[in-house]
Amino acid sequence: MLEINCPYCGLRDEEEFACGGEAHIARPLVDNPISDKDFADYLFYRDNPKGVFLERWRHSAGCRRWFNVVRDTVSHHILEVYPIDTKPSTKAGRAAYQASWRRQSPAEAAARKVPQKTRKTSISKR
Amino acid sequence: MARKKTMQTNRNNQQAVSIDSHAPISFTFDGRTYQGCKGDTLASALLANNVHLTGRSFKYHRPRGIMAAGAEEPNALVGVGVGGRVEPNVKATQIELYDGLVAVSQNRFPSLKLDIGEINSVFSRFFPAGFYYKTFMWPASFWMRYEHIIRRAAGLGKVGDTHEDPDRYEKRHAHFDIVVVGGGLSGLSAALQAANSGQRVLLSEDQHQWGGWLRSCDDIIIDDMAGHEWADKTIAQLAEMDNVTLLPRTTCFGYGDHNFLTLAERVTDHLAEKPAHLPRMRLWKVRARRVILATGAIERPLVFAGNDLPGVMLASAAQTYLNQYGVLAGRRGILTTNNDAAWHSAFALHKAGCLITAIVDTRTNPAPAVLKQAASLGIQTRLGAGIIAAHGRLHVARVEIASLTKTGDALAGEAEHFDCDLVLMSGGMNPVVHLHSQSRGKLKWDERTHCFRPSTTHEDEQCVGACNGSFEPERGVKEAIAAALKAVKANGGAADALNLPDIVATKINWAPMPIWQIPNGLPAGQGGKAFVDFQNDVTASDIQLAVREGYHSVEHVKRYTTTGMATDQGKTSNINALGILARERNAEIPAVGTTTFRMPYTPTSIGMIAGRDIGGLFDPVRTTPMDKWHREAGAKFEHVGQWRRAWYYPQNGESMEQAVSREVRAARQTAGLLDASTLGKIDIKGPDAAEFLNRIYTNSWLKLGVGKCRYGLMCKDDGMVMDDGVTTRLAEDHFHMTTTTGGAAGVLDWLEEWLQTEWPELKVYLTSVTEQWAVATLSGPAAKEILNAAGTDINLNDEGFGFMSMREGYISGLPARIYRISFTGELSYEINVPARYGMALWTTLMRAGKNFGITPYGTEAMHVLRGEKGFIIVGQETDGTVTPHDLAMSWIVSDKKSDFIGKRALARHSMKAGDRKQLVGLKTKDPKKVIPEGAHATLDPNQPPPVEMLGHVTSSYFSPNLGHSVAMALLRGGHARMGQTVYFPMLDSSPPIEATITDTSFYDPKGERLNGKL
Ligand SMILES: [Zn+2]
Repeated sequence: MLEINCPYCGLRDEEEFACGGEAHIARPLVDNPISDKDFADYLFYRDNPKGVFLERWRHSAGCRRWFNVVRDTVSHHILEVYPIDTKPSTKAGRAAYQASWRRQSPAEAAARKVPQKTRKTSISKR
Repeated sequence: MARKKTMQTNRNNQQAVSIDSHAPISFTFDGRTYQGCKGDTLASALLANNVHLTGRSFKYHRPRGIMAAGAEEPNALVGVGVGGRVEPNVKATQIELYDGLVAVSQNRFPSLKLDIGEINSVFSRFFPAGFYYKTFMWPASFWMRYEHIIRRAAGLGKVGDTHEDPDRYEKRHAHFDIVVVGGGLSGLSAALQAANSGQRVLLSEDQHQWGGWLRSCDDIIIDDMAGHEWADKTIAQLAEMDNVTLLPRTTCFGYGDHNFLTLAERVTDHLAEKPAHLPRMRLWKVRARRVILATGAIERPLVFAGNDLPGVMLASAAQTYLNQYGVLAGRRGILTTNNDAAWHSAFALHKAGCLITAIVDTRTNPAPAVLKQAASLGIQTRLGAGIIAAHGRLHVARVEIASLTKTGDALAGEAEHFDCDLVLMSGGMNPVVHLHSQSRGKLKWDERTHCFRPSTTHEDEQCVGACNGSFEPERGVKEAIAAALKAVKANGGAADALNLPDIVATKINWAPMPIWQIPNGLPAGQGGKAFVDFQNDVTASDIQLAVREGYHSVEHVKRYTTTGMATDQGKTSNINALGILARERNAEIPAVGTTTFRMPYTPTSIGMIAGRDIGGLFDPVRTTPMDKWHREAGAKFEHVGQWRRAWYYPQNGESMEQAVSREVRAARQTAGLLDASTLGKIDIKGPDAAEFLNRIYTNSWLKLGVGKCRYGLMCKDDGMVMDDGVTTRLAEDHFHMTTTTGGAAGVLDWLEEWLQTEWPELKVYLTSVTEQWAVATLSGPAAKEILNAAGTDINLNDEGFGFMSMREGYISGLPARIYRISFTGELSYEINVPARYGMALWTTLMRAGKNFGITPYGTEAMHVLRGEKGFIIVGQETDGTVTPHDLAMSWIVSDKKSDFIGKRALARHSMKAGDRKQLVGLKTKDPKKVIPEGAHATLDPNQPPPVEMLGHVTSSYFSPNLGHSVAMALLRGGHARMGQTVYFPMLDSSPPIEATITDTSFYDPKGERLNGKL
């Protein structure tokens, strides 16, 4: 059983947490049309690498907060824990972030570039 | 039936180190009463009474006896206890004797000495390696026929007759700086060194007494004390220290990621009277910063024909029985070995009165010292020789000894016959690397001692002593102290290094001759059975056969022959099996590799793993504030998730159908009252609350007025419906969301996930308020009059309080929020009060409604009422593959909003396919027929198989208000099939049910009853 360092509570047993799968999957904005296939990359496809993996965890039986974890799927060693809206800072974590095919995917591009509006207000006008 | 007590004829030393002969103990084995001593194990007590035969083997039902003295025992598995306390498959070597202990042998019929299953042995050529795979591959029906016979014949023990376990089990979570596993010489040294630093130390020992081999060995002096005295002194020293936890009778059986150890502490198994305040066992879940494994070593058997007979024993085990328990396992013994160490065991037995008639060594060059000692004791030797067969029916009586060629592969002379009642065997030592291996530590083959020993570690762990292949005591202690100092330092502490104790012990060369099978002079597969894995009844021939049949990988051979599997995990068998496999493949053992040891190290009670999480504590039952009223009203209940909900309220012996029918009619004719407290409720607050809902739900939320309610559907991002419910705007920045009863926790998690991970910029707080509010749903034409009769300051007229709105006020003095929403299609009020007023609200409404015919109704009536209206239940009409469009609810999917969860997916090409399964209503041709839920629809009932299926029925009821059955179904292209006839074939031979496809609003399709005007 893993021991996970919740950024808000400290070291706790894995059984207090729920794994939320791959981290840093940007959601394509509807304003940026992409093909069904590219959208499927966002919706259905998940990495399952042998080695360093960036994944989301939730302290479900604790503070209920989400955060990111850099975990080696071979050794199960946790290399880094970092807040949800930040990027990894360890060398291995940064390399894994850059190496992910998602960084080049149309879905990711469609999540970033919004033609006219900024993302914050893109969904509905207040 | 207790019979005459027998004498402990084999007990020759009343002062042995592990027993107290002043405390005699009575116990029974297979119904016969025996005497033992305090401190005995069941195995030592049985041997003291000259009982060797303890069970029948797994596959061939061969007679088996006690082979070992510890956790490695493969044969002597017995059932212990009576009534609900029967525990099968316990190793007799690990059962601590207590007065009144009841044990029975296993796997025999009708009795241990006369076993019908032994006939398996006669037919054993039909039970070769891979027998199960070969016999039951095809046809499958053969397995059905043989299964019950095989299961009985090839099983081990039986569980108790009662299913109630009278014992209590506890769990304990603990953290330690340093955990030392194993309380022998190395473990005690490591623990003492670690404890001197002041860090928190746990020391565990599988046996009930400390010292390990120090208790069995009579020629080791440490600091001028006998080995076991030094162990006692050291443990006394450790017991004095506050930072040390000592756990005897505790098996560390699991070693997982991040230094997580699981230990099974046997708390009361050894007590005749089990104190009520103590659990039977305690599961320790330990997180250790550093781990030191000092788990010792296990002696290997030698593989020769008949090596499984009772009376054939590991040499070290015989020495343990002698020195710890004062028990001589035989009177006339022979040692067969490939190493020097076992000679000392033979000498000890010889000196104690067991005549060793010969020492048979496969080597030609044992150490001069042991040859000299044998000569001085008058023991004859046979060098370069082996026991090629042991004979006897229920006990070994005679052995054949022959000279071997230099490599040990073939015989080099005629066989001699020796009579004996004890055979000591030793094939070298195996470090107990199981925990190291479980933690993903690697092993390396030691060319000198011919065993696998730990190499690299994966967790923060060190192996010391015999566990590390360091069999010499001085080296073990040195390693232990160094490892403890390293661990202390790594933890950021410090301690003065202990002085190495002064150890005086016989010097032993621990290198054995690598010989994995003693030849018998016959072609492969012929002659007596030579066992490799005693517990799984795997012979040397089985491994040879597996290789001949093409199984070369060690993992394949393991599974094909079952060697090293099951509860034994290859403790005594692994290396011999690998050696034979390597020989057959003409390879070296390291090239063959080894299998992975799995947890648990020894069989572990499921009761302990369950602990207190059983019965009512297995999963908490949630009850509403009105639960007591329902119970007193005689309601039947159903469980919805964790909730216990009133299902229906039978009166005067009504059947379920009659009760539900009455409740359903009342809700439409007068008024019904439903306890809806279990509905999920989430309080949503913050300046961005409306925007948040707008993204979560498929419809629009920005313009919802304060005090207004709206029905919403939420989808996953794949466009499939995941939950629904009514949400109300309490204030500009404040909403009250309701969810399905079962979906409440999942929806909250879902909302949090989006808020925290995708839209952290939104200022919204979410709070579960499900249990803060009690909810009574008052539904029916008389609802308004009943509320007025109960007394309220809220104007219930339509102008003041329209459909889909909420008012706050008082009912009979209780503060309430009343939502005018309807899941029945009738005029309906969902009355929410703070949970502590739930019962008061309920009884007030029942009293006020008495003259109006108010009728409490349960979840079954609720289902029928909504079924009559064609309202969906998420999870019943949906299964994660259904879109809002499939439900004919396109009206709730906004096309004006630029985005919501699921929007992009709903625009995918496949979502527009006309042959998607769509929700429709069904009217049966025979109005009385109710189609079973789950029934499949077909257009042509006479079509030969495979029949084309259109879809299935999701909900189906008889509607008392309509006088006919109503059903909903998900049918392929259903929306375009209105008016078509479909058939539902039945599982029994009754004719298919015929039905017409309709829309889903069966009752009051115009919705006129919502306002209570009939
Ligand atoms: Zn936390």
